Amino acid sequence: MEVLNELPISEPIEEPVAARPGKKPVSRSRMVLNRLRRMPRFWVGLVGLGLVILWAIFGLIPNAWNFTDLDVYNMGSSPSATHWFGTSDIGEDIYAQTIVGLRKSLIIGLLAGPLASLIAGIIGAFAGYLGGAWDKTIIWFIDLLLVLPSLFLFVLLSPIFKSLSWVALIFLLAAFGWMIMARVIRAQTMSLRERDFIKAARFMGVGTWTIISRHILPNVSSLLIIDATLGVGAAILAETTLSFFGFGIQAPDVSLGTLLSAGQGAAVTRPWLFVFPAAILVWTVLSASLVGDALRDAVDPTSGVNRD
Amino acid sequence: MIGFIIKRFINYAILSAIATLSAYVLASMILNPAARYYGRNPRPSDQTVNAILDGLGVNPNTPVIERLWSWLVNLVTRGSLGDTIHNTSVLSEMAARAGTSLRLLILGTVIAAVVGVILGVWGAVRQYRASDQIISYASFTILAMPSFVIGILLMILATGLNNVLGIQLISFTGEYTPGLDGGWWAQVADRAGHLVLPTIALALVGAAGYSRYQRSAMLDVLSADYIRTARSKGRTRGSALVRHGVRVALIPMSTYFAYSFATILAGAAVIELVFSWHGMGEFLFQAIQQSDINAFTGAILFNAVLVLIAGTLSDIVYAALDPRVRV
Repeated sequence: MEVLNELPISEPIEEPVAARPGKKPVSRSRMVLNRLRRMPRFWVGLVGLGLVILWAIFGLIPNAWNFTDLDVYNMGSSPSATHWFGTSDIGEDIYAQTIVGLRKSLIIGLLAGPLASLIAGIIGAFAGYLGGAWDKTIIWFIDLLLVLPSLFLFVLLSPIFKSLSWVALIFLLAAFGWMIMARVIRAQTMSLRERDFIKAARFMGVGTWTIISRHILPNVSSLLIIDATLGVGAAILAETTLSFFGFGIQAPDVSLGTLLSAGQGAAVTRPWLFVFPAAILVWTVLSASLVGDALRDAVDPTSGVNRD
Repeated sequence: MIGFIIKRFINYAILSAIATLSAYVLASMILNPAARYYGRNPRPSDQTVNAILDGLGVNPNTPVIERLWSWLVNLVTRGSLGDTIHNTSVLSEMAARAGTSLRLLILGTVIAAVVGVILGVWGAVRQYRASDQIISYASFTILAMPSFVIGILLMILATGLNNVLGIQLISFTGEYTPGLDGGWWAQVADRAGHLVLPTIALALVGAAGYSRYQRSAMLDVLSADYIRTARSKGRTRGSALVRHGVRVALIPMSTYFAYSFATILAGAAVIELVFSWHGMGEFLFQAIQQSDINAFTGAILFNAVLVLIAGTLSDIVYAALDPRVRV
């Protein structure tokens, strides 16, 4: 109270702000945005990702061919005015196929990446908040999944998922993409748990789930957003690898992975079958990871491991 | 230091053992080895199929725990990993294939680690210069490619190179030329020629990840006070960077190496398949396609042992670099 009385309330506080508007304290999100705006990587990634998404949505409109059309007069032709990306052995238009495949890969990536981050956030927060035996068990489980390469588990589980639709693949990818982030969230939660506002909530009798969802997850949300962005690229990579070897997306569905697998045999003699879908894939994943990396730097410019 | 390494080793050993056992249980629940017999024409009788499956120890009518126990007893008492679905011993299959995979893995990992560390240090020392930007964007691009794409792009490039030179300088199908005549040197040269592209592919993937990580670890160290102290007491810039900078920056790298090794293993398996090598990666994928539980568990055991070795090695490096562990 004494301190409050000593402080003149109105003018002295207002004045410096009015005199030097540049010194006005900025909010955290504004600071992050300002940092992001100055990173060329962020713009390259954002524009790249935007272009890919727009192309996936509207790319088929100017094209004369649908992805199921067969042009029997131009089988195995190289890129030309009629077939922009060339055609396959049976006359499928590679341009149309690439767009349809890209759509599926993008949907899978955009859903599986954030889903994996959500799992990472919940499991990591639980492990860090509860501590003790729960924590030990979860950490052991995470280490176990890190010892077994998840690609091998995907392949092992694929007989089950082949019989389901491609939507099941999203959940499969999310189910094995959360481990490393969960460890990071756990470490963050362990320090948050000792903070006064969490203690206060706990002593007021707020339940564990409410504390995690209201107080812990919002405090680690920046980490989760970064992870979700980086996870989009990772999920697309995992999906294409699985589909390439025939364990992921099954015919008649098309994804970039199945397209690359179809073009693999002719990659050396007729490179357009392989190079165009591969270039789109690299473009998409690269854009997503540039955005994620820029976000990571903007949110935490001093963190050692992540600094750029 | 010895105590620390032994403790870590035991931790890894338990993890590897549990990973192998759970792989066995998981494979037994998912794979259905009986299906391949029922698909035959004429269809064998149930008794025959049961007898075959019992002989392999993979009969789904026996409880999983019982099968796991007999698999374990077999492993401990006779050192055997059971038979594959083609009635060959899993161990002899693995012995024939392991060398192929290990050659690729060891060469690829060592090159990746050395190149990644050098590029990372270089990028950190010359931060934001042209060379650093090139290294950064190149590693981002490589990290954005699945390893099979890298392998196939390398094949396209090698074909172009062979066409330009007019000779078959780089071969990339299989692990050696079948039916090649000539002495020992010709064989070694042939295998080396086949090894080039897969090794480059694996090394590229690894080096891209390591260089990013090494760069940030190095940037952290460069701003530390002890580098300035080393400079001010008269060390040259190079010597301060190497003795005090790189050495400290390698400590987090050794941990990262252990964690990323599973990714390297998966990448190596994919690259083996792309270059049609008959290694452990192909063995694992085939085992799943043929519903071969014993072979799959054997392949996972192989990977688990490699993770165990890589983890222990990186802990030894950690202990050697970080004096706090030694006391």
